[in-house]
Amino acid sequence: MISTAITDLWYGFGVALEPHNLMYCFLGVLVGNLVGVLPGMGPVATISILLPLTFGMHPVPAILMLSGVYYGAQYGGAICSILLNLPCHPPHAVTCLDGFPLTKQGKGGTALGITVIAAFVGASFGITEMIFLAPFLVKVALEFGPAEVCSLMLVGLLAGSTLAKGSPLKGIAMTVLGLLIGIVGSDIETGQPRFTFGITELFDGVEIIALALGMFGIAEFMNSINNTETVDLRYAKVGISDMFPSKADIKKSFWPMIRGTLLGSLCALIPGTGPTIASFVSYATEKKISKTPERFGHGAIEGVACPEASTHSSVQGDFIPTMSLGIPGDTVMALLLGALIIHGIVPGPQLISQHADIFWGLIASFWIGNILLVVLNVPMIGLWVKLLSIPYRYLYPSAMFFVCIGVYAANNDMFQVAETLFIGVVGYILLRLDFHPAPILLGFVLGPRFEENFRRSLLISRGDLMTFIERPISAFFLLICVVLIAAQIYVWLRKPKIVAEEQAIEAQVPTSSYSELA
Amino acid sequence: MRGKFTLKRDYYAGGLMLLLGVGAAVTGTGYKFGSLARMGPGFMPVVLGVVLAFLGLLIAGTALGSSEPDDSRFLPDNPQWFGWLCIIGGPVLFIILGEYGGMIPAVFACVFVCALGDNTATYKSAAVLAAGVTVFGVVLFHYLLSIPFPLLRGFNL
Repeated sequence: MISTAITDLWYGFGVALEPHNLMYCFLGVLVGNLVGVLPGMGPVATISILLPLTFGMHPVPAILMLSGVYYGAQYGGAICSILLNLPCHPPHAVTCLDGFPLTKQGKGGTALGITVIAAFVGASFGITEMIFLAPFLVKVALEFGPAEVCSLMLVGLLAGSTLAKGSPLKGIAMTVLGLLIGIVGSDIETGQPRFTFGITELFDGVEIIALALGMFGIAEFMNSINNTETVDLRYAKVGISDMFPSKADIKKSFWPMIRGTLLGSLCALIPGTGPTIASFVSYATEKKISKTPERFGHGAIEGVACPEASTHSSVQGDFIPTMSLGIPGDTVMALLLGALIIHGIVPGPQLISQHADIFWGLIASFWIGNILLVVLNVPMIGLWVKLLSIPYRYLYPSAMFFVCIGVYAANNDMFQVAETLFIGVVGYILLRLDFHPAPILLGFVLGPRFEENFRRSLLISRGDLMTFIERPISAFFLLICVVLIAAQIYVWLRKPKIVAEEQAIEAQVPTSSYSELA
Repeated sequence: MRGKFTLKRDYYAGGLMLLLGVGAAVTGTGYKFGSLARMGPGFMPVVLGVVLAFLGLLIAGTALGSSEPDDSRFLPDNPQWFGWLCIIGGPVLFIILGEYGGMIPAVFACVFVCALGDNTATYKSAAVLAAGVTVFGVVLFHYLLSIPFPLLRGFNL
């Protein structure tokens, strides 16, 4: 097993190191790092804008670049949290707690240095996990019939909506809304146009880019306009020489880093629990098992190392269910799955064998990308710090331009711009009603495939719904769904006890008005 | 003491979902429903619509049942009507000017109007930003990526 993995990986490096692919991987991590640093821009909006530009490209460099944006943004996001106390990127919100006190003590550079090391350790483990686990999952998944696929998607959808931020009931409502939006367009079997209201442009369905940019672009700007804090740059002075942590610091953060990595990789495997939850859980765990919990919140280096390692290992692990099963765990993965579909690649267990160049090339590019990011972050820290001072009033109008032109470039059609604008306004109304938009995208991407498999499995069973329970694997997935719902009801009934601890940590995190709600 | 009949935000949230769900289900009945073994195109829309409507009722119902005070309103504390108008106006101008004028006026107008939405913006600062983004955008999207979008319609630039 190990020897085949090494042969495959060797092949992957061959793909990823082709100059053309390498260039796009570099471009992806560079853009990702950039938007990660800029407060108010997130990976979801950035990947959506870049997606139409990849239409003319070969799928391999396109996927390498778009994935690079995602993990590149994680490196940038920590800078924002540690130096400015701005949790603009949810996975790094918890890093503020100890990162910013360290900055105030003049040890911001050390914190950033530890972050880079933790990130690399976490990411490396996440990638290794993917190398060994994904082919194994594929072996299991190849036995799946439509009924199993259907139940598995149900687990993904339920987990994505109930474990995310905010009320689980509202999360499920958003998932159903996403499924409904996915129905818009011509029916796959009969060609009957559904929910198109006579608009011919809608016959092909709602454009995924329009949905993502409306929800995570325009709605987000409407939420943040004239509502952002002035950035406090007093402490944000860091040079390269400050970034090398002392031996004592490394020693102190070694085990927290390992523990964070393991927790993060575990969270990546549970659908719906992405890097944000991983970082919160690992911070809480670290604080609990520490001999000196009182140091946390006042600049404990462990409080930076642990959540950062867990974020990065979870970010890389996120790709496992997406690439091997075709079930995305969060918004960014839903978007990447959409990108695969647009490039004519059918996601699912057959992806690894049919498109080995994409799968193994992607894994190899993770290693290369992470090394590039370490190289980018250490010498260029001064530049990133300067970028932090770009005010929001310049950022959002420029971003609006990218949104408009990106959506237009997808089909060279002005209708899509109008569609995005409409979705954006609706998205803002939903935001104000305390609905989080992430599950919509998840439902939207999985919707058509869910319907297709649901219809097919009932066609096979001649309309007998029991087929979902009679098949053992499918029944197991449905059991997980029941457990998920039961757990939610349990938490809801005993809210004060269980939620209190979680809220205690969340309450400490400074609330930023322009955090991306992914 | 807040009375039980104060309008909470979740009533609107639940109501909106109920409305969307019923709307989807009613529209869905217009398509062939079929049977479980042979589902028509109307099956999923109706089922999902009913589920969404039910969730809407649950959302409003739990808000009714909970004793926690809910002070959050639908509108934020300081509504930014002008800012919102500018953010919506930018893309609208982009569509109109892009359709009839070309890329240069569309981009300039879009960025200019969006930038005006900020409280600290002046006509001058917005114009400078818009001009900068336009130059950048033309170079990147027209010359480097060559997307089919004429710079100025009627002129062969």
